[in-house]
Amino acid sequence: MDRILVKGGRMIDPASGTDAVKDILVEDGRIARIGNGLSVNDAVQVNAEGMLVFPGLVDMHVHLREPGFEHKETIESGTKSAAAGGFTTVACMPNTNPVIDSPAMVEYVYLKAEKEGCVKVKPIAAITKGQRGEELSPIGELVRYGAAAFSDDGHPVSNSNLMRRAMEYASMWDALIISHCEDADLSRDGVMNEGEISTMLGMRGIPSVAEDVMVAREIALARYTGCRVHIAHISTKASVEMVRRAKAEGIKISAEAAPHHFSLTDSAVDGYSSMTKVNPPLRSEEDVEAVIGGLRDGTIDAIATDHAPHHRDDKEVEYSMAAFGISGLETAVPLAVTHLLRPGILTPLELAERMSLAPARLLRLDAGYIAEGGPADITVIDPDCEVVVDVSRFVSKGKNSPFDGMKLWGRVLYTMAGGRIAWNAENR
Amino acid sequence: MRLKNLLGIRDLDTEDILQILDTAVLMKPIMETKNKRTNYLLGKIMVTLFYEPSTRTRVSFELAAKYLGATTTNISTSASSVVKGETLIDTARTLQAMGVDIVVMRHPMTAAHRLLARHLDAVIINAGDGINEHPTQALLDMFTIREKKGTLKGLKVVIAGDILHSRVARSNIWGLTKLGARVVLAGPATLIPKGIGNMGVEVYHDLRQAAVDADVIMGLRIQLERQKSGLFPSLREYNMLFGIDERVLEVAKEDVLVMHPGPTNRGVEMSSEIIDGENSAIEEQVTNGVAVRMALLYMLTREGVS
Repeated sequence: MDRILVKGGRMIDPASGTDAVKDILVEDGRIARIGNGLSVNDAVQVNAEGMLVFPGLVDMHVHLREPGFEHKETIESGTKSAAAGGFTTVACMPNTNPVIDSPAMVEYVYLKAEKEGCVKVKPIAAITKGQRGEELSPIGELVRYGAAAFSDDGHPVSNSNLMRRAMEYASMWDALIISHCEDADLSRDGVMNEGEISTMLGMRGIPSVAEDVMVAREIALARYTGCRVHIAHISTKASVEMVRRAKAEGIKISAEAAPHHFSLTDSAVDGYSSMTKVNPPLRSEEDVEAVIGGLRDGTIDAIATDHAPHHRDDKEVEYSMAAFGISGLETAVPLAVTHLLRPGILTPLELAERMSLAPARLLRLDAGYIAEGGPADITVIDPDCEVVVDVSRFVSKGKNSPFDGMKLWGRVLYTMAGGRIAWNAENR
Repeated sequence: MRLKNLLGIRDLDTEDILQILDTAVLMKPIMETKNKRTNYLLGKIMVTLFYEPSTRTRVSFELAAKYLGATTTNISTSASSVVKGETLIDTARTLQAMGVDIVVMRHPMTAAHRLLARHLDAVIINAGDGINEHPTQALLDMFTIREKKGTLKGLKVVIAGDILHSRVARSNIWGLTKLGARVVLAGPATLIPKGIGNMGVEVYHDLRQAAVDADVIMGLRIQLERQKSGLFPSLREYNMLFGIDERVLEVAKEDVLVMHPGPTNRGVEMSSEIIDGENSAIEEQVTNGVAVRMALLYMLTREGVS
């Protein structure tokens, strides 16, 4: 394996609190040395002067669609997209066909990723068999096979007793339960956030309380069972506030936010582009401010894309018929740089924590830090580069993005995953 | 007119609306002539594409087109075919390939017309999209009010009933507020959408209070299945609280105009005495609907082509 020298970048390591110009030498998939003025003759040089050097980003919420929906994305295309977005590890949701609810399926994802993936893939397994919300999946066995966490993402567990049992059971291994918080009776046939915009547009609304009542339930159950519970794609002001209070109380609760929930409001739906259709929906200005506030004070631990690639046939239909979801891996860094870093809401150290260290710790991964002997997962970002989002240039098969044509700041120059260059923007 | 299609009243400015109403004034006498046929739309093909059942709106469009000399054809299809059948874009391409000039569509989903408009050169007229808009209904309502009252400016117009699911109400709110009417909504809290106050209307949950000094009271059809989804307890209670009857008219202005887009549920949202009473303009609304649709067809094919 090549030796690679990342020279002159501003190294951001939230684990040690380092924010300093350093050279990083990579050998055999590990970081061999960190220092100043390192010089190695036979190493591939990566010039990172003026750039931010982050630990490889970790996305704890993506949909790779394989198996079952390979026309939308595959492990191969999805991990390439992840690399282009700066991610060196992605955790994929189990709503595939078949559902990832058995050791065989977990193994399948690992083997496929090893063969065809260019970044690390960690499968999240279903809480219930077939995500049907009726019986528990073999959680203990799945833990042994390397399931990174458990979630019925997209099909929230509506039975509170079953969720209680899942949490009690999972707590034997200190496993993480990830909850897509949505009361389906409240969200019903809604297609966007309920409020003055949905009323103006004549669209059926998904009320914020559909999320809030489930977040309240998960907090109560987490308190009662002692299980580690993680709130997926938090999007409302009341939910952020509940998580803040639950954390203050010492409950083992964590949360993630998706880039579109800190950068777009429901007014983006005006115009009726199905690219804005996502679940949870784009919320009100007040909610977006609360999500940003939660990211700032750490109430929201992680930024996760909820990368949901779709085929154009799934989106080029009536708004109500269109699939929910945004292809998010390749816009995450520019959105974070534009909306969080440049306005000074997060420092580079804090951003690296939200996008790398925190999700790595939640999933108990050996990732999210830059240290000698540590994994050679590194992302080099130019925060001062202006980019125009162009979905036709997405590496992902999913071109479904409401950000197409938008001017943003921040570009991922290099992504090094396990000591290999998985993405080099200059080689495009 | 500056617009190619009529997708919603929201897209129109005050001038557009007045221009349509003025043209409708000129069209109405054609219906009263013996021959009832002009050549304004000779050689034009209009398709009514209805994904929801409708008699009056579809027939009204067909007759309007025929009075103007157009050739019409009708495609009626069930709402379930939206989910199972050909995509709307493919349907649009098929119509395009057959050389259709005007498509009048009713569709159960909001903004389906905007999708159609992106893929079709023909003139598109919205005959109802989901719970969003029913622009020609609002135009005929405004025409009727203006004909009776001379103007809309400053009038108090009460719209009563299921505002949440009513595309008629939403189109009327856009239009009436643009023309300077004071719009007052009355309905149960479960059937008033969130944040509707932002559209420049007042909201009441007491119909009698809302109706005080009203110039116009507009009833809306209540769908019987709403009760099953828990939006109100019973038709009996609905009628008791929101039925338009003599007691409501009592507090309105003496010459209050009573309107309803039809079809009515007699004795539910409005009593038969009121529907058939002297303040009722319900039948004239139907007549005016044809005139307004003639005006639209005329205007959109004229400037739409150039």
